[in-house]
Amino acid sequence: MPDETKSPTPPPTGEPRGPAGSPNPPNVESVPAQKPGAPAAVPNPAAPGAPPKAAAPAPPAKPAGPTPQPWDSPLIDRLKQQYGSGIEALSYLGQNYMVADRSLIPELLQVLRTEEHFDYCVDITAVHYPERARQFDLLWILYSHPHNERIRVKVMIADGEAVPSVVSIWPTANWLEREVYDMFGIAFDGHPDLKRILLPDGWKGHPLRKDYGIIQQDNEWVQINLGIESGQ
Amino acid sequence: MLDYVTSYLKSNTTPGQAGNIFWALVYILLIFGGLSVAVIAMNWLERKILAHMQVRLGPMRVGPHGLLQPIADAIKLLIKEDIIPAGADKLVFWMAPLIVVTAAFTTFIVVPFGPAHAVTDMNIGVLFMLGVSSLSVLGVVMAGWASNSHYPLIGALRSSAQMVSYEIAMGLAVVSAILMTSLDKTGTGTLSMIGIVQAQYAQETWFVFKFFPLGLIAFFIFAVAMVAETNRAPFDLPEAESELTAGFHTEYSGFRWSLFFLAEYSAMIAVSSIAVTLWLGGWLRPFPHWLSGDTWDFIFSLFPGVTFLFLAALCFRSTARMPRHPYFKVQTMGLAGFGAALALIGIGLFIPALRDRIQDIYWFIAKVAAFMYLYIWYRGTFPRYRFDQLMTVGWKVLLPTGLGVLVLTAVWGVF
Amino acid sequence: MADATKYLSHLELGEPDQTFLDSNELIINMGPQHPATHGVLRVILKLDGEKVLGTECVIGYLHRGVEKIAEHRTYAMFNPYVDRMDYVAAVSNGLGYCEAVEKLLNVQAPPRANYIRVILTELNRLASHMLWLGTHALDIGAITPLFYTFRDREEILKIFEKYCGARLTTHAFRIGGCQYETYEGFEQDVSKFLKFVAPKIGEYEELLTTNRIWVERTRGVGVISAKDCIALGVTGPVLRASGVKWDLRKAQPYANYSEFDFEIPTGGNGDTFDRYMVRMQEMRQSLRILEQAVGKIPEGPIMAKVPKVIKPPVGEIYHSIEAPKGELGYFIVSDGSTQPYRLRVRPPSFVNLQALDLMVRGQLVADVIAVIGTLDIVLGEVDR
Repeated sequence: MPDETKSPTPPPTGEPRGPAGSPNPPNVESVPAQKPGAPAAVPNPAAPGAPPKAAAPAPPAKPAGPTPQPWDSPLIDRLKQQYGSGIEALSYLGQNYMVADRSLIPELLQVLRTEEHFDYCVDITAVHYPERARQFDLLWILYSHPHNERIRVKVMIADGEAVPSVVSIWPTANWLEREVYDMFGIAFDGHPDLKRILLPDGWKGHPLRKDYGIIQQDNEWVQINLGIESGQ
Repeated sequence: MLDYVTSYLKSNTTPGQAGNIFWALVYILLIFGGLSVAVIAMNWLERKILAHMQVRLGPMRVGPHGLLQPIADAIKLLIKEDIIPAGADKLVFWMAPLIVVTAAFTTFIVVPFGPAHAVTDMNIGVLFMLGVSSLSVLGVVMAGWASNSHYPLIGALRSSAQMVSYEIAMGLAVVSAILMTSLDKTGTGTLSMIGIVQAQYAQETWFVFKFFPLGLIAFFIFAVAMVAETNRAPFDLPEAESELTAGFHTEYSGFRWSLFFLAEYSAMIAVSSIAVTLWLGGWLRPFPHWLSGDTWDFIFSLFPGVTFLFLAALCFRSTARMPRHPYFKVQTMGLAGFGAALALIGIGLFIPALRDRIQDIYWFIAKVAAFMYLYIWYRGTFPRYRFDQLMTVGWKVLLPTGLGVLVLTAVWGVF
Repeated sequence: MADATKYLSHLELGEPDQTFLDSNELIINMGPQHPATHGVLRVILKLDGEKVLGTECVIGYLHRGVEKIAEHRTYAMFNPYVDRMDYVAAVSNGLGYCEAVEKLLNVQAPPRANYIRVILTELNRLASHMLWLGTHALDIGAITPLFYTFRDREEILKIFEKYCGARLTTHAFRIGGCQYETYEGFEQDVSKFLKFVAPKIGEYEELLTTNRIWVERTRGVGVISAKDCIALGVTGPVLRASGVKWDLRKAQPYANYSEFDFEIPTGGNGDTFDRYMVRMQEMRQSLRILEQAVGKIPEGPIMAKVPKVIKPPVGEIYHSIEAPKGELGYFIVSDGSTQPYRLRVRPPSFVNLQALDLMVRGQLVADVIAVIGTLDIVLGEVDR
């Protein structure tokens, strides 16, 4: 079954890479290189007449897929007036997001809350890219009830770097930030009660990091608290 | 010997008044046995009726339609391990259920099943019943204390606070009824249970209809207060499972727990007896004056027999609907046998000699049974009151209303 | 924010006890095993006599690492895991996930699949609310509605079983549409069910709405204002009962909810009684949607053209739906491979549970149980 990802815009000539300053997820460069060497799962065999030994690799034939588009709106105009190049506003598949400079937090979020009426913080989460210099992508997903608009704000922070807490802006951030701390180890300054939430209190390690194996566990905690050698 | 028996049966005083210890003992044994049977029956009835209200069947396996379930429960409770908490005060722990059971059973000395069918007819009968049933509060507190655990203690304190609060409302309602007894020709009221029913007979009206609506309101106050007194739904917060405090009988298991359970049902029957005696005419059949005469007496005297035959018919109907499968053979035969036994009793109740004597007892028990059904109905329908709402109802609603009814009854009675 | 400390629990603040010297403060534990906490939830209560001063919820007893597992499963393989989070409303979870991945792939499920999805999701909303009603009433002491709602929920589960073979964790949808065609007699079954259940909802209301003990136990209990709801990120019937008329099915429609005509019930006071009424009205609105949907299922394919190996292009997406409990969101980061790079589930119960402290402060202990019930949390979703 041939790939038929319908892209919203005609395939741009550029590579599927965002504007400078926002490193994409690490596998971008390797994607075109992966395809020809990919195992038989690559959906070429069904294509009639196309010999499996693709002399010309499939990628140029298929559209490159949707790419982040610049996002223009009065909101972004106002923010750019204030923060200039610290903000990069993009839109992917119709969802708007901005990649902000770390130094703009928490003022940017405060502005979004008070002046732009993004009164509901939907979620706070993080993504770990261990190969990057600044390893974590920290995201705030915000929604505005008056405007019925949802945006994401992303910053990139390094390992060990602490981020100001937004509990004073959106009280819902209390548990959301605790979970990010629990799973990634990102500390939030000014959080009233930053401790683990889903894992037991004495647990060592932050599971959602990429260097924490999937069946890894804190054996010490298990042995002390459960009295068994290992949970596996 | 036979003369002795028949001579007693012809008398119309209670053994207590006749000073007859032998018959008093017989009566006590009869009441004890009857009460135990009643509690067992209540257990089965509660589970079945509650289940049917909840669109399910209830116990069906242990005996036909679960009829042997209470016996199975009793055996289970008897053979359970007797656990006493480590730091518990052993003497108090042992005594608490005894006190509760004793208090509950002792009240039945004065309960009149007929004009001469009580163990004794004290002239302070009602006061005695209210007083002795209050003793169970002591047992509850002792149970909570002796458990050496703060949840049962909190539960016991709540339970006792609730019982004490509602006794006041009960008392006021009772006094209103007592006032009404003084409206006969002699002009003096009576606290004796038999005397109250006789007053209703003499005044030709059940007190629940007297001075309408005052009698009715007093009856309702008592009906609500008695549910709270016995810690039954909707006033069962102190012993509910999904609340934090698990009730004063948490640490009790096995036979000790069954004593509490026995006491609870006996208390329910006791306070229902008070309600029936005071407001619903005790052992009087419906309309003794309006529908009087021999034919009407005869018709009403057929009721007990007919009731048992009706129950037997239900049994036979269920027997016919049993699945025709070899596994059900024993149950089918058991149910048919039970139905046959009920039918025999029903036929036996048509014998003239028995028919006359059994009338009063039958009507009394029928009215108390109606109250038991109401208890079960409340449990199935109402959510639980929160403790502060419970106390609000007791102190801020029932108490003023009781006082008002009392004053108005007194005023009306004078004029 | 004017007074941010108001949202912080007395316990979290860690202040020294500011009550009188011989304080009656008692710290009580509503342990992980408790008949009324709807799962393994531990609530530490700080009481002054009967009054609750503060609470702290300890969660994580049911944490299974679903988000970590997602990074090691392909998109299609992860689909069954999604049901196990909010196991009471598994179909909704599946809908959210499949739609999120479909967005990432930029495909649309065909109309017939959308109709089937909406029908099953609304049936699931009904089932979830029925379970909520039975357990909530049971906690408050009314033991009978539980049996009534479970009996009626059986009919819904029978339909699910006939459709996809499972009653609870249905795995009903696939990425791109539905895998199973509707079975013979599906529309008749659903229509028959709709006729059957409409008077039953009236029965539940009859038992509870005018029952004065119920009203006294729920009116004024667990009040939360609209502003607090939005500040705490509370969504779902809790938000609507506080007066905010916001439902993702209308605000940001997904599947084909924009084709149906239904209303969003709201409440005035934000107390437990309002949440009860809002959920009862939502059940009726679900019936309305079902009635509209069941007659008009179009013919056509039930599965879009989705590649056998799902490899979404590089990018991120956040998609949320209106689950019975609130806004259920999926944030998926794809790195172009067959397995998600990061999959985050935004659980409504987790965020709603944060509001517990604000809602029970100053109320009595017995109300804590009522409020936990009215928040309608499922620990599988709170802990994932």
